Parts: sequence; structure tokens; C-alpha cells
Amino acid sequence: MISKKEVEHIAKLARLGLSQSEIKKFQKELSSVLDYVVKLKEVDISKTKATSHSILVKNVTRKDLAKKEDLKTVKRIIEMAPERRERYIKVKAVL
Amino acid sequence: MELEELTISQVHLGLVKKKFSALELTKTFLDRIEKSDKKISSFITVTGDLALSQAKKVDDLISQGKKIGKLAGVPMAIKDNILVKDVRCTAGSKTLENYIAPYDATVVKKIKEEGAVILGKTNLDEFAMGSSGENSAFGPTKNPLDLKRVPGGSSSGSAAAVSANISVFALGADTGGSIRLPASFCGVVGFKPTYGAVSRYGLIAMASSLDQIGPITKTIEDTKIVFEAISGKDPMDSTSLEFKSKKPNIKKLKIGIPKEYFLKGMNKEVKKVVEAKIEKIRKAGAKIQEISLPHTEYGLATYYIIMPSEVSANMARYDGIRYGYLSKKPGDLLNVYLKSREEGLGDEVRRRIMLGTYTLSSGYYESYYLRAQKVRTLIQEDFNKAFQKVDVILTPVSPTIAFKLGEKSTDPLTMYLSDIFTVSVNLAGLPALSLPAGKVNNLPVGVQLISKPFNENNIFKAGEILE
Repeated sequence: MISKKEVEHIAKLARLGLSQSEIKKFQKELSSVLDYVVKLKEVDISKTKATSHSILVKNVTRKDLAKKEDLKTVKRIIEMAPERRERYIKVKAVL
Repeated sequence: MELEELTISQVHLGLVKKKFSALELTKTFLDRIEKSDKKISSFITVTGDLALSQAKKVDDLISQGKKIGKLAGVPMAIKDNILVKDVRCTAGSKTLENYIAPYDATVVKKIKEEGAVILGKTNLDEFAMGSSGENSAFGPTKNPLDLKRVPGGSSSGSAAAVSANISVFALGADTGGSIRLPASFCGVVGFKPTYGAVSRYGLIAMASSLDQIGPITKTIEDTKIVFEAISGKDPMDSTSLEFKSKKPNIKKLKIGIPKEYFLKGMNKEVKKVVEAKIEKIRKAGAKIQEISLPHTEYGLATYYIIMPSEVSANMARYDGIRYGYLSKKPGDLLNVYLKSREEGLGDEVRRRIMLGTYTLSSGYYESYYLRAQKVRTLIQEDFNKAFQKVDVILTPVSPTIAFKLGEKSTDPLTMYLSDIFTVSVNLAGLPALSLPAGKVNNLPVGVQLISKPFNENNIFKAGEILE
């Protein structure tokens, strides 16, 4: 069983706010899934390489040139930000 | 035959022979959505104006005597995690409740070029995370064949809409069974293509090494038509591939039956239905062979490490700043993140983000994530070995029929077990089809047909024998 402290730590790493009752709930649920996946310890993987993609993935590059988007699309993308001023996205002070 | 029961090929024939117009057909479907979707909640957004304008264009082409493609004028629906320009795309989440897509997904661009008629966006488990269709922030979809039961997830609305004849076909997406399971529970055909066959550009990412878009249709013929239209390499998705579908095996098809997929605890009636299909394909001249996929029992555990790990990375973008829900509670930057994500994301999404964060975190990476990636190799090797002997592998899609709403939603692990027969296919990147095989207690049971990458024609050939 993972501890409450661990749940709080993971939640903070993942930038997820949790209420006290949720911490307890997630502690139980995460533990039961982690207890299940521990099953993989039975498998001999000493000579096996890791697979990240089922197909061979190669880097695909293109010329480093700006692609023009129509203004309407650009406007739409900016409009999707919840807080903005003119054509800028507003954020909280970082420092 | 009623208009709403038509398949893609029948619609095409009807339009060309001028038995009905695309506008008439589209109005029939929009009318059906308005009248009968309340019962099953398969749509989140209905795009009536878009559909009518698309239908009119097709009618104009027909009246001008121009040739039209097979999908032209065919009313269809799109899972609401695939972007359609200028249409809301929610991914079934509160966080994207007001998000308007700024561009078309590549599959949508292709479907539009073919002249298909977009009826709307279908319900799903939030960010495609779920096996029942109950995790949507907009309420659960219900199984049209029994309103007390789930349609299966996460492409719940897409499968339910096709099953209820309120869409001729639909697009879904499959990360661990999200096309095949609902297709099986709703009695329709669902196809997950080979990883890389269909561009993922414009699909809201869940687990990028596993996600793949595919069709949900009424027949295999329709699946072939849609797959042909949406597949191909795309410069916007570096994992999409140029490929040529292999020709089907013209000699006797060899069908492998993996013994690990017929578990002791499995529903006996479901087993009987699947066995009857094995008998049918044997009688049609295929060679049946028992095979072994020894790492099958580790598939689910591998999946539930790799998928949440990728989820935790992909979901980091929902920060309440660039798009999505922003909490009204005051605070500093950290609090904006914490509160916006707490209030905007549902339980299952947060559970998977936390699982993935844990398995990727320092001290656990090797014993969870790296280990799972290695077992993933072994699972893929199991399939490679099996495909040296057989052309197609036949299994059940699920050990059970559609379960009752609420039956599994209190225990995440029990819910995860619904994916036991479907996840290994995604880990190995293989194409697989779910095909209606029969009924148990009047509810559909699906068989799964799996083949080597880009050998989907063998799947279609076997499927047409069984259809």
C-alpha cells in the first residue's frame, strides 16, 4: 500500500489538487492497481530489449521555415486561452 | 428497407440511382438524432448546419451528372476527441467544454474531401479513458439494445449511434480496445488499424504509442471503404507510414486459436458463441490451429503501466492557461495548475495521471516503466512467432456481454479487466477487427480477428466468411 504522503507527493508532481477525502480514495485505488501490475516481476526480462513503439520510429524533419496560417485560425487559437489581453495570453507572475 | 438501415454501399447506390437525395437522407438522420438520441446520449454536439450544407453540395454534384465517391453524401459521426474545424471538441471532459477546434484532423480532412456528411460529435469516456462509456462529463451513453446496460467504451457514442441506426458509420479511436469493445457490446463492426496506418494528427492524444483511429460500421465492406479513405502517410504525423496493404492469402486461410484467450472464468455462453464461429470458418475450408501466446497474462499489467505513463505526459498540456478550464479560485501560478486540473479533470483521468506519474518517477522508473517496455517486447515476439504459423488469430473480444450501468464503476481494477483480450494488440501495434458473432441473452457477442501489420486483408477475408 502506498502511503498518504506518497499520494500527496505524486499529486503535486502531476500538478493535481486533491481534497483530504480524495487522498484516501486515491491511496486505496492506486494501491490496488499497483498491486496488480507488480505481476510483471515474474517475467524474466534479463535478455530483453525495451520497446517504446511497435513500429520502427524515425525522426522526420522538414526545413526550418515558418508556415503561414490564415489570420482567422491564429485568432481562434488565441481565443481559446481563458485569459488574454489583445493578442497575448495572460499568465500569473512567475517570479 | 428504411433509409436509416442502409449501409455505406447501399447509400451510394441509392444516391447514384437517385432513389433519394443526400439532403433527404441527412434530414432523416438529423430527425432521428433529435427524436431518439435522448434515450442513449450518443451525441455530445450535433452539427446540423454543417451536415445540411455538405449534403447539398453532394446533391449539386449528382444533379450536374458528376461522379461521386463512395462516401459522398453518407451521414456519419465522429468521436469527440477528433478535431473538426470550427466545431466544439470536448473529449468528454469539463476542461474542454468550450474548446472550438482551430483545424481539421487529417482523417476529418480526408472524410470531408470524400464528401461524407458530418452529423456531429459522439460521446466518449473522458479523454477516451474508460471501458464502459460511463466516464463522460456529459453523462453516460446507454446501450441501444438494452438501456440498462453500458455500450462499452471508450468510443461509446460512435458504436451506439451506428447500432441505433442514427448514423451510417462513425469514426472511433482505439488505445486498448476502445473501438473493439463497444463494437462488440453494441453488435456492430469495429476496426483498429495497424499502428501508423492512419494519421493521428488532430486526435486528442491519450497514449501516443498505442492510439489509432478506425471505423465503426455495419459491415466489413463498409469498414474497407472507410479504412481506404482515411489511411496513408501524413506529414503531420511522424509515426504514420507509407504502406501497401498485403493481398489476402489466396490459399487456405490458417486461423490460430490462442489457448490463453479461453479462460476458465469466462462466460460459458460467450465461449460457445465464439466456438461456433471457429466451427463455421473450419467448415468454410480454413485450417484451424491451436497456438500459444505465452505472455498473454501479462498484457493487461503491461498496458496499465505503459498507458498511464504516456497519459501523464500527454495530459500535462491541460494547464488552464493556453486552453481548457481555468479555476476561478485565486492564487499563484502553482495554484492555478492545481485547482484548474482538480476542478476540470474527472476521477479516472486523474487516477491515470497519478499512476503514470508514479511509474515514471525517480526510483520507480526501472521497476515499472522500463520493465513494462521489456515485457511489451516479449508480447510482440509472441505474436511474431504465431504469425509464422497462421494468417489470422481468432479470439473473443471480451469475456462477457455488455454489463449493467454502474456495475463496475466503483472499482477501477474490475473495470480495467474488461480490456483483457484487447490491449495486447495495441502493445504490438497490430490490426484487429471486432465482428458480431452471435447473441447471449439477446445481447451481442463479438469475435476478434487479428493479423500481422498491414495484413488487414486477411482479417477482412476471414471476417467476410464469418459475417
